[in-house]
Amino acid sequence: MKSIEELEKIRRETLEKVNLRKDRNGIRITVGMATCGIAAGARPVMMAILDELGKRNITDVVVAETGCIGMCKYEPMVDVYIPGQEKVTYIKVDENKARQIVAEHVVNGHPIKEWTISNVE
Amino acid sequence: MKELSLYILDIAQNSLKAGAKNIKIELDIDHSKDLLTVIVDDDGCGMEKEFLQKVFDPFTTTRKERKVGLGLSFFKELAQQCGGDAKIESKKGIGTHVEGTFKISSVDLIPIGDIPSTIISLIISDSEVEILFVIKVDEKIFKFDTVEIKKVLDGVKISEPSVLKWLREYLTENLKCVMEV
Ligand code: FES
Repeated sequence: MKSIEELEKIRRETLEKVNLRKDRNGIRITVGMATCGIAAGARPVMMAILDELGKRNITDVVVAETGCIGMCKYEPMVDVYIPGQEKVTYIKVDENKARQIVAEHVVNGHPIKEWTISNVE
Repeated sequence: MKELSLYILDIAQNSLKAGAKNIKIELDIDHSKDLLTVIVDDDGCGMEKEFLQKVFDPFTTTRKERKVGLGLSFFKELAQQCGGDAKIESKKGIGTHVEGTFKISSVDLIPIGDIPSTIISLIISDSEVEILFVIKVDEKIFKFDTVEIKKVLDGVKISEPSVLKWLREYLTENLKCVMEV
């Protein structure tokens, strides 16, 4: 069973990775985590994003939460900010979509237009 | 919501909004008393009395206040359905204490669910906040404290993906162990 002692190993490995990181690319992914976001499934979406970043060994993307923006029916919502580009807001995201957003948009740089808010407005 | 862990996440998100620096989450499962107790304690800014009275009532909470009221009123409803109750105590400038009780034998009781994901979500939401999580199952007890974790991490951020991944596994394994009957 895992014990806190093991964390020391993770600490050392992470420290090496952090030191290797050359440029901070400033990419940010945020997930709406107010009541209705949580009820709509924001937590598994958040976990899927983390998992997908982890699998691809991406360490320089910041994952964060945002609160309520008053658009309950579109939750779970995910924003992707890439410096120099306009913010992209995805709506009704599920685990599967979240993983594809990481792969297509964050890694390959191609937003998935069909799932964004501009597609319904 | 289908899991208690989601209600806990919602209540703790309220604590973050209230500027809490410390959040304590406690789960107490006592089979001999047929009682499950859920406690979320914070040192946030607290709520005004008048708001507090409204917070449990989904019908009087207005749209503007809904962000805070909605989850709590459902939490109370669920507790009452499960032969228990929920109460909230809040003092301006001191903090808020939410406590729900449930009969374990109640057919309406929903699963506790994915507590590790709830804790990881809170750490992502605000990596500065300290989270103390305690679960007691009859004689067994497991404690998780971000203060202790950060000491071991010694400068490495708790929000690093590799750290979060390990913490999630660590929590999952240890929780499984205390929950086993
Ligand atoms: S209550 Fe915040 S978007 Fe619905």
